[in-house]
Amino acid sequence: MIPALFAAFAAILVVSSLMVILHRNPVTSALFLVLAFCALAGIYLLMGAEFVGMVQIIVYAGAIMVLFLFVIMYLNLQKDVETGVQVALRRGLGWLLGAVLLVEGGLLVSKAWAPRPTEPGATVPAVGNTEQVGLALFSDWLFPFEVIAMVLLVAMVGVIVIGKGLRASREGR
Amino acid sequence: VIPLGWSIGLSAVLFVIGVVGVLVRRNALVIFMSIELMLNAANLAFIAFGRHLNDVDGQVIVFFVMAIAAAEVGIGLAIIVNLFRLRETVFVDEVNLLKG
Repeated sequence: MIPALFAAFAAILVVSSLMVILHRNPVTSALFLVLAFCALAGIYLLMGAEFVGMVQIIVYAGAIMVLFLFVIMYLNLQKDVETGVQVALRRGLGWLLGAVLLVEGGLLVSKAWAPRPTEPGATVPAVGNTEQVGLALFSDWLFPFEVIAMVLLVAMVGVIVIGKGLRASREGR
Repeated sequence: VIPLGWSIGLSAVLFVIGVVGVLVRRNALVIFMSIELMLNAANLAFIAFGRHLNDVDGQVIVFFVMAIAAAEVGIGLAIIVNLFRLRETVFVDEVNLLKG
């Protein structure tokens, strides 16, 4: 049951990510990206990472993609025009490089690289997944957590400054 | 239950799709979406290895990656909006000046 679900989610994920990069209309690309993120959240749930799966849906499929769609519609973009020799050449080169990268990755994966399990058999944790993540986050990872908070603050200030525009910042408004 | 190789293979495929998207598209917004795909491929690898090693640290790192991605998307989209105001385009090959 679980392998079948994994295969189904993986198929949705790969097909919708391919549609993201193949579709001409940016709005459709963004909507396919939402579908890809939801499939990925399903895979996280299958792997026992319930908290991350839910955060994936709330933060990625909810917040980040709404921001993307907002900007696409704000800029009123039409379908991309992709014609010309140069564009076709670059597209061919891009797919070629992607194929090379995939072969490289396949060779790496086929080698004996995987670390062995530290504990034989999956031990059932005494507490739920969210509680586990929270305990790790606020004990071992407390300093990185605070740094992330600062990063988000700096990003917010940066977005406000950039969003004001060049002319407004020159005039000191 | 799910072999580690499947998850890592899926992560590799997802990453390559992101790389190809960055290489073949001209629209800055779609390039940005491809970068999100690559970040998610890395997240999937973290979750898979965390599951394999029976350790919750992988999920914590994914949480951090999501926070960084949110910050990155905010700044990147602000830059793209500014670019559009200056140049009336979001195609990266029509933007070839450092100085606005």
